[in-house]
Amino acid sequence: MIAAHHLPVLQVVLPLVAAPLAVLCPGTRAPWVAAVLVSLAAFAIAVTLAFKVATTGAIAYELGGWPVPYGIGLHIDNFSSLMLLLITGASLAALLHGKPVIDKEVQSRPVSLFYGAWLLAVAGLAGMVVTGDAFNVFVFMEISSLATYVLIAAGPTRTAFSAVFKYIIMGSIGAMFYLIGVGLVYMMTGTLNMADMAARLHGVDDVVPVLAAAGFITVGLLLKAAIFPLHAWMPNAYAAAPSTVAVFLAACSTKVALYVLIRFDLGIFQPSLEGHDIQFSAFLMPFALVAMITGSLIAIFEKDLKRLLAFSSVAQLGYIVLGASLLTAAGMSAGILHLFNHALMKAALFLAVGSLVYRYGSAKLADLAGAGRAMPWTMAAFTVAALSLVGVPLTAGFISKWYLVLAAMEEGTFGWFLIAVILASSLLAVIYVWRVIEVAYFRPAPEGAPAVKEAPWYLLAPTWALAGLNIYFGLAANAPNGLAARAAADLLGGGA
Amino acid sequence: MTGQETILLALALPLLGTLGIARAGRYPDLREGVTLATAIGLVITVWSLIPAVMAGAGPAATLFDITPTLAVAFSVEPLGMLFAAFASLLWVVNSVYAIGYMRGNKEKHQTRFYACFAVALSAAMGIAFAGNLFTLFLFYEVLTLSTYPLVAHKGDAATVRSARVYIGILIGTSIGLLLPAIIWTGGIAGTLDFTPGGILAGKIAGPALAVLLALYIFGIGKAAVMPVHRWLPAAMVAPTPVSALLHAVAVVKAGVFTVAKVAVYIFGIDFLKEQGMGTWLMIAAATTILLASLVALRQTNLKRLLAYSTISQLSYVVLAVSVLAPLSLLGAAFHLVGHAFAKITLFFAAGSIYTASKKTELGQLDGIGRLMPWTMAAFTIGALSMIGIPPTVGFVSKWFIMGGAMETGQYLVVATLALSTLLNAGYFLPIVYRAFAKAPPVDAKPHGEAPLPIVVALSFTALMVIVLFFLNQPVLDLIGPVTGGL
Amino acid sequence: MAWLGILNYWIFVLLLMTGMYAIVAKGNLIKKLIGLGICQSAVFLLFISMGKVVGGTAPILDGSDRAYSSPLPQVLILTAIVVGISTMALALAVVVRIRESFGSIEEADVYGKEAEA
Repeated sequence: MIAAHHLPVLQVVLPLVAAPLAVLCPGTRAPWVAAVLVSLAAFAIAVTLAFKVATTGAIAYELGGWPVPYGIGLHIDNFSSLMLLLITGASLAALLHGKPVIDKEVQSRPVSLFYGAWLLAVAGLAGMVVTGDAFNVFVFMEISSLATYVLIAAGPTRTAFSAVFKYIIMGSIGAMFYLIGVGLVYMMTGTLNMADMAARLHGVDDVVPVLAAAGFITVGLLLKAAIFPLHAWMPNAYAAAPSTVAVFLAACSTKVALYVLIRFDLGIFQPSLEGHDIQFSAFLMPFALVAMITGSLIAIFEKDLKRLLAFSSVAQLGYIVLGASLLTAAGMSAGILHLFNHALMKAALFLAVGSLVYRYGSAKLADLAGAGRAMPWTMAAFTVAALSLVGVPLTAGFISKWYLVLAAMEEGTFGWFLIAVILASSLLAVIYVWRVIEVAYFRPAPEGAPAVKEAPWYLLAPTWALAGLNIYFGLAANAPNGLAARAAADLLGGGA
Repeated sequence: MTGQETILLALALPLLGTLGIARAGRYPDLREGVTLATAIGLVITVWSLIPAVMAGAGPAATLFDITPTLAVAFSVEPLGMLFAAFASLLWVVNSVYAIGYMRGNKEKHQTRFYACFAVALSAAMGIAFAGNLFTLFLFYEVLTLSTYPLVAHKGDAATVRSARVYIGILIGTSIGLLLPAIIWTGGIAGTLDFTPGGILAGKIAGPALAVLLALYIFGIGKAAVMPVHRWLPAAMVAPTPVSALLHAVAVVKAGVFTVAKVAVYIFGIDFLKEQGMGTWLMIAAATTILLASLVALRQTNLKRLLAYSTISQLSYVVLAVSVLAPLSLLGAAFHLVGHAFAKITLFFAAGSIYTASKKTELGQLDGIGRLMPWTMAAFTIGALSMIGIPPTVGFVSKWFIMGGAMETGQYLVVATLALSTLLNAGYFLPIVYRAFAKAPPVDAKPHGEAPLPIVVALSFTALMVIVLFFLNQPVLDLIGPVTGGL
Repeated sequence: MAWLGILNYWIFVLLLMTGMYAIVAKGNLIKKLIGLGICQSAVFLLFISMGKVVGGTAPILDGSDRAYSSPLPQVLILTAIVVGISTMALALAVVVRIRESFGSIEEADVYGKEAEA
């Protein structure tokens, strides 16, 4: 079947073409339906691709039939198929949940513009994942970023604009650094194809520009991925964005930048640059460790639930970076697994927060007193996902932390220090999660506050689906774990 | 019903009971009926597993395979069977007692009380039947969390403060020490299954082994080896049925049971012996026994005295394990049972006194033996068992532990046991003397025995303390395979 | 005078630093964007410079055998310019909305008012 062969490119083209069509849909319902259908189709494509990769190995696709490295090649392996599942799945879940929330919070008129930007963001993120061309990554990165700026700016308060401005500046600098790095590598190798780049870097005599390129690319992507200490744009952006956008961003957008970072550093530089591993680890690991502690500490003192979760993300991204910076198969695999699991828990948490905001009109902790009684099902889903965040056994969060600790243990005595930090960060997570639980369950709603009803079923269903996945993957961890282990093996095996 | 289903039923039954209790909350008689029915059902379920275990074919069940190393799985082996058997039996007795106590003292929140109790029992069954460390850890934490509302039952500021100490120490040690130990074990052994002979032999040695063992011993805070014992006296703010069943039987026994299980099925007794790991464990246990007894001597509150006595008695089990001899291990297992019956009797008596007269301090007990003959007779039997005087069950377990120690020439253990016997006598006998020989204060309000359910319960357990002295063969047959397998 | 041979790259560094300075040090949002624009131009210069071949002409194939500059960086930069313009347009639009809702385009004012809200 011809269509089956073209699936990798359809993954990007479908939302890209659908975006302007969605804008043309009238009213509020039609564009939503269109966006949901496209997300559903994209998700189906991602699932098909994942199965294909699992059974027949990595897929290479040549755009327009031009042979690589002259044309642009798409490349899908285990890691990319995992990311595609995350992106399309998060988009689908957020949209299914989002209709009433978007109608209430999103300011853009007509609202179909919002869905157009949404689909562009999906297309951009998917493009970053599937492409095998370094410059193409930049283009898709900017498509997704521009769309994301619009999505955040649609937020209900004026802080959305100031948050977005900050994000535009930081994001553009990140993209620019990435572009400079790619330029320097191109200068030394004469190619933009990532696999070709890795091969040709072996023959480069003068490594100084390549080292500079590695520095630019790493820092640029760290900015996009909101890795501590370059995270300053993120909490504001999450807090100001419409709740539905926060779900999507938290689940996948920063992670795609992290994906490109891991791809570039481990797939391209690692095999060809001597001493790159030490630089990479020595540079990233301290940031990861500090992020795990400070992110959690700041989260403890946050008064806004969305910002609290954003700082928790800063800490959790630290876990992923820590896993990657160990540069072992076990560490990489744990990092990728946590990337997946963290997407699950943060998506569930933000969906629950979306429902809370839908009913309460605020995400301030002080306003949510008594939510445990008023919205028992929503808060129960929140609690399940929060337990996963802490890493309680029988949830997905436990599994990835388990593997992370095992990976740290391979490092010998130093590993014990890492384990101590992991445990300390988990204990801090207990504290900030407990603050929310305490407010929601043990503090009575203030006198005279209007009675709040439970969220309707069409908000509860997606929330619980995600919360359920947190438990499901805490009990049946073999599938994601196998995928993560194969992805790690691909990466450290040296192929781009 | 297959063995698998029986195991799962044993776990599910108390949980179903919890639901039933919660639903029946408004009708006290129905609610307590549900509790009793559940408890009896649980005993039948658990005890029906005994023949298979005696025959050496304990059933196993796997609930979830999470990853190749992690699974929620159960397998019944003699030690766990023993723990489950007496814990479930004592739940029935304790439920009878609790009905008398809770009504007699007009306690509030009784529905929550019975519901949490049932959850705690389900967790205890999970610990008993756990087939690997991960499953055990899971239920260990459930047990901690489900007993928190019971300890904090009264809800005033002082109680909540004590309850925080309780949960702080138990959660802190289990997350900070036990969990790393489990992950470490999983990392080097590649499995967490309880396997006869252990899974660590040849995989770790020297100081690292000592550190791992220490992580386990102090991480299993429920075993109350000093200095992680503070939670147990703190837990005494709970209503007495809680202290009796949970903090003399289910929770603390879960602790020493876990220690024994880790020593036998994770490290392997032979491996520990070969690596010479018994000595420091022995010293830690001996220190705890003696120090706790000394502290008990100075207590003026009856329940706190019993708590320190429990700390001391728990370390008997750890001490017996540290001897690393088959006979002592038999003694350890037997002490699990014997101490459970004796200590629950003592707590029942303390609660009985409180219910009848609101007395909690030792100084108030003058002449109380004349007013409450049944209670104080049972108390005396329990106290004799603590000291280890025949014909009580305490004598039998000490006999075995001493036997094993003599056999292997570990006279430190013998000396510790002898000294602690003296100390036990030193704090228990004055109470008995005071209760029977001294005259009641003249201005005292006369009061009689406690309500009937209380008296029935404590007489039954006191009787069992004596019965088990004579009829100890079935218990020995049950645990024989564990020690024989050495 | 070897450094003169790479003069373009020195200018690239200078422009990038100038732009960065403006982004960090200027409080006016429009000035920040001007800084961003300078940075972007610096990157364009970098790419164009690297494609230049000494003595090469425009890359138009006419059958003769002359050396010509690499066309690829120029094509890339065309794309990058498009991206840059879109970003700039969006950023300016956001500044307009900030002016509308905060009444100022000075960073200190905006974040000050944000804290009040």
